[in-house]
Amino acid sequence: MDSGPARREIVIPGELLGGRNVKPGRGTFAEREEVFSSLLGIRTERYGRVGVIRLSGRYMPYPDDLVIGIITDRGPSHWLVNIKAPYPAALHPAETPWRIDFGDTGRYLEIGDTIIANVLTVDEIKHIELTMQDMDSRRLTGGQLVDISPSKVARLIGARGSMIAMLMDFTRCRLLVGQNGRAWIDGELKDMAVVSRAVEMIEERAHMMGLTESVRAFLETEYGMRAGPRPR
Amino acid sequence: MTMEDVDHIEKKMKLIDENGLRLDGRKPEDMRPIRMEVGVLKRADGSAYIEWGGNKVLAAVYGPREAHPRHLQDPTKALVQCRYNMAPFSVTERKRPGPDRRSVEISKVISEAFDSVVFSEQFPRASVDIFIEILQADAGTRCAGLTAASIALADAGIPMRDLVASCAVGKIDGVVCLDLRKEEDNYGDADMPVAMIPRTGEVLLLQMDGHLTLDEFDKAFGMVKDAIGGIYEMQKEALRKRYAVTAEEFSDQPEQAPPERQAPPERQAPPEMPPEDMEGPQ
Repeated sequence: MDSGPARREIVIPGELLGGRNVKPGRGTFAEREEVFSSLLGIRTERYGRVGVIRLSGRYMPYPDDLVIGIITDRGPSHWLVNIKAPYPAALHPAETPWRIDFGDTGRYLEIGDTIIANVLTVDEIKHIELTMQDMDSRRLTGGQLVDISPSKVARLIGARGSMIAMLMDFTRCRLLVGQNGRAWIDGELKDMAVVSRAVEMIEERAHMMGLTESVRAFLETEYGMRAGPRPR
Repeated sequence: MTMEDVDHIEKKMKLIDENGLRLDGRKPEDMRPIRMEVGVLKRADGSAYIEWGGNKVLAAVYGPREAHPRHLQDPTKALVQCRYNMAPFSVTERKRPGPDRRSVEISKVISEAFDSVVFSEQFPRASVDIFIEILQADAGTRCAGLTAASIALADAGIPMRDLVASCAVGKIDGVVCLDLRKEEDNYGDADMPVAMIPRTGEVLLLQMDGHLTLDEFDKAFGMVKDAIGGIYEMQKEALRKRYAVTAEEFSDQPEQAPPERQAPPERQAPPEMPPEDMEGPQ
């Protein structure tokens, strides 16, 4: 185990992470010059700052996160977007790629539309703003949405995108994963069903060893040894 | 044969035998067997199930989520709301479903206990909802509920100062005993549920029915404090067991939580998308 990546230990709320020699990072708190974990997660340490990566819980937005949102409300000069956070996120016309007149928001995005956006800001009272200025941001049409818990998004993407690439290679679907635990799939109906079953599998078995292999085995039973160009 | 009136059955019951053992053969300082499991419900954000002697308790946590009704929202912090509910089949005589005086009280004291450990300032305007369902009751359900809800909160990823552990202590036949069961609670002299932050020893909940002298109280409190330490270890064990393998595999994954921003932020590169997909009316 020495050569591999350092095994990381699980910490539990209230667990001591270090004394005076470390600084409290994300997911921790300091009390009487000692640092404790406030979350259930994995301990990390860098530059003398200890932090905890969550292993569970709702999506909490951070600036620059890529999210898939659903429009839940619309005003004359803003939209409210559900991004699976505890709070709705606001999207303003200035942050869209379009030039929108006052009161004309409905022509561009209606309630129920799905968008790809980035988190622009999250302030201390948790007002969330989104931006669609990014190249990849757009309204999604067609396809399906599947949910996965936000802490398992990393498993769905895989190391350097390996899992997502494998899913796309086999199913020839287009696949987009938001950090907020929503994935968008577009392709043939049959293929989309396979992807959503694979996502379910990842959700259930995220904690198991050899996840990639079991997903590959599942895809091979569905398609045989199929490898082709990625969908265009 | 005529029907017999049961009122003549004596209310007194011998709870401690000549060897100093209790009805189920426990010594005064013994607890009932406890088994806990984390993450038993799929739809809730966090959940836990506990079997504590004859108690069977399910706890589920939702949130943080927007608090409803809106006028209850606190712009500075999250609400911690708890609902303690007994299933109609949890007791021998069918319990009329719905909140009653007792469960409203228990819900209140449990919410307040958790309110002081959850970092509620991190989630303004939101609420953290805890649901405790008693499937089978055998005295000490609020302690079992608190203990289960605490690990369910951790499972839901709610930031907390510490886990909360809880246990009851009481007096039966004049002897201070830990963790009373139903008969001991019904026919005993006193019952005192206690919830604590094990790390600091802060008391989050302490109720008592019946009477204890000051000496008895001190003894009882000492006993329950030790017991809570043991329960805390079981809680940690249950959480570790649930997440052990997750962490094992996590180490060969790229860090998913955005690291503190030293370098320009790295975004997860979305898979290449065809530009002709640019939607939206022109």
